Amino acid sequence: MKKHRNIFIAFFRVGMLGFGGGPASIPLIQKEVVKKYKWMNDEEFSDVFAIANTLPGPVATKLAGYIGYRVSGWGGMLSSLIASVMPTVILLIILLRTLSGISEFDWVKGMTAAVIAVVGMMMAVLTWQFIQKAGKGLGWLITIFMTIVMFILLQIIHIHPGIVIAALLILALILPVKSHDKEGEPS
Amino acid sequence: MIYWEIFVAFFIPGILGYGGGPASIPLVENEVVRNFEWMSTQEFGELLAFANSLPGPIATKLAGYIGFEVGGYVGAGIGLFASIAPSLILMILLGGILIKYKKSPRVKRLTLFVQPVIAILLGVLAWNFWNEAYIGIGFWQTAIIVVISYFLIERKNVHPAFIIAGALLYGGFFL
Repeated sequence: MKKHRNIFIAFFRVGMLGFGGGPASIPLIQKEVVKKYKWMNDEEFSDVFAIANTLPGPVATKLAGYIGYRVSGWGGMLSSLIASVMPTVILLIILLRTLSGISEFDWVKGMTAAVIAVVGMMMAVLTWQFIQKAGKGLGWLITIFMTIVMFILLQIIHIHPGIVIAALLILALILPVKSHDKEGEPS
Repeated sequence: MIYWEIFVAFFIPGILGYGGGPASIPLVENEVVRNFEWMSTQEFGELLAFANSLPGPIATKLAGYIGFEVGGYVGAGIGLFASIAPSLILMILLGGILIKYKKSPRVKRLTLFVQPVIAILLGVLAWNFWNEAYIGIGFWQTAIIVVISYFLIERKNVHPAFIIAGALLYGGFFL
């Protein structure tokens, strides 16, 4: 029981202190899991982080659920998930419910437009971060070429992003690998 | 069946969003705004603004809130389940295998190959938000707010919650 409570507290703290979405909270998770509660050592944690990154979906909940599971089974997984997700979802619902009452006034239009301009800026910064990641990993020439092709497929031909992503995942697995990269491949 | 739709709307971003929660934002928008038409681009933008000013993972905040708005408590539960469970189950089942292959260039580039798609989707989303702002308050106001908020959040590391609050006040009084 104590273990479940510790798991809950650890991920509750991470959820409440991590601003900027899941990826921003990874160092906080490491602090709780490796330094404070010593459920894993640094190497194990970086292994877990590496595999979480090769899978799709929100990274914070993957880490929370997986670590909770490793530390204390299914119950641990539930504790960590509830702690990392529920508090902020409830806060968001309360906040927006409270605000929705005022949305009929005229001056709210100006508020909405101003806020949306800020959110657009945040999305543009994220866009740049994703392009940089791709540029560093794939090389800039390939990244620019791929970005143009993806733009045509998604925005001009209007193919569902799911189909495009599935095709790219298959390509990532079957395309030949350059010989100097092969060292890591287990035989 | 609304519960099935909620499941689909958050299952697809959960299983395709390579690059963590932020990568699933445009995929959620694709389902919630374009496919199921539960909200407008503008409403989605407002939701993101408030979600970003609160702590915690962004993908699950969106899933929980939109699920709740569309289908009550059950809807919230289904939205959260759909966005968390698929990737977590994969991780628990495949964890051992993936640790063995973590240095394989093929496994490494899975995430990498998807990044340009996510970048395009995010870029289009940014463009749509600016377009909404432009229709509401014109070019110069939009441009000034974008530049100032960029400077404060990205260069001065001011907390986004303050900037969102500031934008609300400015928009409410002057626009």
